[in-house]
Amino acid sequence: MVQPDMLDQPGRDGPPPAAGAPSGRAMRLGRRFAGVALSLVLTLLGLLLVTFVIGRIMPIDPVLKVVGERATQAQYDAAYQAMGLDKPIWQQFLRYMAEVLRGDFGRSISTGHAVAQDLRRVFPATLELATLGTMIGVLVGVPLGVVAAARRGGWIDQVARVVALVGYSMPIFWLGLMGLLLFYGILGWVGGPGRQGIVYDGMVPTVTGLILVDSLVAGDWAAFRDAFSHIVLPAGLLGYFSLAYISRMTRSFMLEQLSAEYVVTARVKGLSERRVIWGHAFRNILVPLVTVIALSFGSLLEGSVLTEIVFSWPGIGQYITKALLAGDMNAVLGGTVVVGTCFVALNLLSDILYRLLDPRAT
Amino acid sequence: MTPLLSVRNLRVAFPTRSGLFEAVRGVSFELGRERLGVVGESGSGKTMTGRAILGLVRPPGRVDADRMALSGESILNLPERRMRRLRGARISMVMQDPKFSLNPVMTVGRQIVEGYRLHTGVSRAQARDKALEMLAAVQIRDPERVFHAYPHEVSGGMGQRIMIAMMLAPDPEILIADEPTSALDVSVRNEVLRILDRLVRERGMGLIFISHDLNLVAQFCDRVLIMYAGRVVEELPARDLHAARHPYTQGLLNSLPRLDRPVERLAVLQRQAGWRDAPPEGAA
Repeated sequence: MVQPDMLDQPGRDGPPPAAGAPSGRAMRLGRRFAGVALSLVLTLLGLLLVTFVIGRIMPIDPVLKVVGERATQAQYDAAYQAMGLDKPIWQQFLRYMAEVLRGDFGRSISTGHAVAQDLRRVFPATLELATLGTMIGVLVGVPLGVVAAARRGGWIDQVARVVALVGYSMPIFWLGLMGLLLFYGILGWVGGPGRQGIVYDGMVPTVTGLILVDSLVAGDWAAFRDAFSHIVLPAGLLGYFSLAYISRMTRSFMLEQLSAEYVVTARVKGLSERRVIWGHAFRNILVPLVTVIALSFGSLLEGSVLTEIVFSWPGIGQYITKALLAGDMNAVLGGTVVVGTCFVALNLLSDILYRLLDPRAT
Repeated sequence: MTPLLSVRNLRVAFPTRSGLFEAVRGVSFELGRERLGVVGESGSGKTMTGRAILGLVRPPGRVDADRMALSGESILNLPERRMRRLRGARISMVMQDPKFSLNPVMTVGRQIVEGYRLHTGVSRAQARDKALEMLAAVQIRDPERVFHAYPHEVSGGMGQRIMIAMMLAPDPEILIADEPTSALDVSVRNEVLRILDRLVRERGMGLIFISHDLNLVAQFCDRVLIMYAGRVVEELPARDLHAARHPYTQGLLNSLPRLDRPVERLAVLQRQAGWRDAPPEGAA
């Protein structure tokens, strides 16, 4: 995008130095983020609309779920009115929105608790697992992909290809079971299923719900070690899966950049191959890479049901699946709103990162 | 006097599925402190000749020559580490389109400073001063602002001047300009050429000017190599270009439209298989 005042006329190289630029830049940034915030609100509204509609068209009678099969007609009608189902549909939606904004997702039929309370318990478990898994995926997958691209066709590239292929194609429950058998059952290197050993269960006061963080906050090293030994295997497995994806994407992004002209320029300048790759080409793949990482993190936040079941991990994936099988719509919709919000938040985050990473972004 | 660069029987080949593809097949020339034009159609091996001199032919491509020497010392297939010390510092290159040859996510200043500091080891502040000085030398009015600009914020002509500033900052002896004005507007082209010419003269550098534009090369260069199918078919002083003897060069010249001698139909370039392997005409 060439600004007209920068047209090539020596002696008129451009506008006077933008001395007042900072405030103008701040204004532009402010307006940009206001726009982003607006789109964020609209997206969330859309999400609520979708969950609301799903809740209404599911062939599950919410009143029956509350009053039970043997309620009288009078009891049924009372509950029907109490739940506002006699009101026009738009009023019902407003009521639903107000409830969700207050953090009220109703009561879960299968657990008997408020859905919000359940989510506060299960979501941190998934968050902890997904975060650690993504960290492994990024810290190993990105360098692996970069090196594979830099030495295309070399042995590292071949190894990376096989590693990724295995990661794609092995069923995770099988790897999980084998991992448990080997590292827990035979070698005893890691903790078994669940988030904590029975001794430590409930010993660390809940602050964030992330046991690794909470035990550090409490300064309880034994609990931290215990929680770590429980999370390391499932997180390693999820990390392996996201590594497979991230390393392949990184490799293809890098190959594209390494054939660009500016890479030749960097080499002409006499830069070392390391600086050409990491200082020039790698900086140009950051934007698409952020998207890939955010998507992969998001899909882990949805809860990887199979991993959670194999490792008896009390996460959101298991919670939603069980609720769905039990026809527990409040829990399903509450969980959906949380997962959807996570995706929206991740999108916002990668949007902000784009703007920081790419000077061309407007 | 030893020439700045002496190349004898340079060959560049790439293995392909259908056999060896020879991009450059025995090119020989010498370069002094002069402007040497290299002309030819696309695919004639001009660019690969330039890349081979810089040691930038990537595997599986292979470079081979009887001799390739920079001021008398051989640079043929030097180890990468030693080649890196020559690249940028003693031989440099300006490429076709600054839109692609500048790194889009780095400021202009950082890109200039980076190469200069690598070869001189000066402090950040000194390198910055040098970069501003170079930007001024390529007639950028407001070097300070351009120093902090990103490549997408400058025009093509300015981008190419930045490129020249960047490549000349470490004071190389030889500059390879690979179609440096082909991506530019005609109005900007002469400006960039004038700057390039002045800097190359002032510094007493050798310039290899790769182009497909015969007229441009005739005006701008001292000597011209005409390349065809990976070989030099003719070598002659630029001012004698119109008196070229090789049928290929004559064909190229005849296929140019001329204002002072309008013709009904432009001649179509006829290629003959025999040219591929015949010895070059002229000085060589």
